[in-house]
Amino acid sequence: MLEIIGVSKTFNPNTVFEKKALVDINLKVENGEFISIIGANGAGKSTLFNAISGSFLTDKGKIVLDGEDITFLPDHKRARMIGRLFQDPMRGTAPGMSIEENLFLASGRGGWLGGINKKDRELFKEKLSSLSMGLEDRLSQPVGLLSGGQRQALTLLMATFNPPSLLLLDEHTAALDPATAERVLSLTDRIVKENNLTCLMITHNMQSALVQGDRTLMMDKGRIIYDVKGDERKGLTVSDLLEKFKENSGKALDNDRMLMI
Amino acid sequence: MLETIIGLGTTALELGLISSLTVLALFLSYSMLNVCDLSTDGCFTLGAVVGAVTALSGHPLLSIPAAMGAGVLSGLITSLLQTKMGIDSLLAGIIVNTGLYSINIAIMGGSSLLNMNKTTTIFTMMKSLVSSTFLAQSYKLVTALIFVALVVLFLSFFLKTRLGLSLRATGDNPDMVKSSSINPAFTTIIGLCISSSFTALSGCLLAQSQKSVNVTIGSGMVTIALASLLIGRAFMGKGGITKRAIGVVIGAIIFRLVYTIALRFNLPAYMLKLISSVIVIIAISFPYFKGKKDDYMRIHRAKKEAGNA
Repeated sequence: MLEIIGVSKTFNPNTVFEKKALVDINLKVENGEFISIIGANGAGKSTLFNAISGSFLTDKGKIVLDGEDITFLPDHKRARMIGRLFQDPMRGTAPGMSIEENLFLASGRGGWLGGINKKDRELFKEKLSSLSMGLEDRLSQPVGLLSGGQRQALTLLMATFNPPSLLLLDEHTAALDPATAERVLSLTDRIVKENNLTCLMITHNMQSALVQGDRTLMMDKGRIIYDVKGDERKGLTVSDLLEKFKENSGKALDNDRMLMI
Repeated sequence: MLETIIGLGTTALELGLISSLTVLALFLSYSMLNVCDLSTDGCFTLGAVVGAVTALSGHPLLSIPAAMGAGVLSGLITSLLQTKMGIDSLLAGIIVNTGLYSINIAIMGGSSLLNMNKTTTIFTMMKSLVSSTFLAQSYKLVTALIFVALVVLFLSFFLKTRLGLSLRATGDNPDMVKSSSINPAFTTIIGLCISSSFTALSGCLLAQSQKSVNVTIGSGMVTIALASLLIGRAFMGKGGITKRAIGVVIGAIIFRLVYTIALRFNLPAYMLKLISSVIVIIAISFPYFKGKKDDYMRIHRAKKEAGNA
């Protein structure tokens, strides 16, 4: 379970560039919950993810994951409990290293001086074949040779190799072509369900925000302005969402990318 | 004539093998970790000086671990400056390099030159060991070869371990290292400590093989090593770690041969640094121009066709 209690973050405080990126965020995410997050550019969605994964320390508030206070934990230590995917498929993998070497590092198997053994390779093959992208026969090829979709699928596999307490998806299909995006999205769905993962997903696709997962948050100016789940969410359409945005933020949503359905 | 050529060839081979240890250090720091370690010159001298002082005090065997230990310390400081104190990695190397100049003279007891003409060194020990075998003439070569083989073996094992892989990933994509719950600062520190120990070992062996050390023994080493590294890469191309490490050693030997040939053209010794600079420029820019060649050809063809029409 993830608990965010009164978290705020202001960039460049007391200067002309001051930006209140997060304002008193309170959020409780139950185990196994899959939340989609929408909002215009600069609403604070990625900043929220950065705060959770420890890219910076927050100004105020507390972040608790599975009962452990992680507010001041360095990012690489939080990574043990948090898996994260970015929009850029290049960010999650080391291009100069082979598929098996990438997986080996992500898996955390073996001690510092341990190498990849036969058992590891069998496990990697098994996991890779579940992606049905033919990567299981390319274990020793450099990741740099893979397509964006393949790299993102591999990153997803790496981030969930040891099921994390929390999976953060930051528009992880936005840089892929529609067909590949669809494929990676359904893969995400399957992996999240199989491992009963707790998951937050930022998306600019309003339709998929409503279809995927079981709860939707809307952010604006560093605040969560709308939070919907259960039966109320089931009946929602994209135009309802746009109406809600206008209602709660006092302005129309003018982001073209978000209007794409 | 033939004897001169063989003699020069052997010397180039010896020096190539000894300096290849520095090149292997750069293979780790520059090619793997993606850090250009400019403390290399000072660290090379540090190894030479520490090794010489230890050998002069009557402990030739101890001179090897002593030099390598000093290298580890130097690498530790360089890496702490860049990972824990916010100093740019190039600048960290330059700062440590400058500081080491004073330290090196201090270790030599205030003088800038030490002589080991009558000192027992690792090479003289090897000489007496193989004096009655067919290797008697090539004791230096054998000694250098043993160390190079050990380092290549170590690297080809180490870079396949989890620690070695995380070190390679740090140079490739530090974000990915963090998301694997590994601190890239930690891998940078480990990498630079290991690479600096090889650089120092290289300095230690060069000093003992030429039976003297002065404070400028390492100057220009980073340029020479870089040139060798790039020659090795051009020579071996891509491939497994072991193959690339061997390519690095071959690159160092080729560089020394070119160096020796240049010397044969009666060039004054002070021109050597210029030659190494020119070689680095050619070695680095060659792949760049090779990439551009296709573009030039394309433009040339288009112009020609336009002229014909």
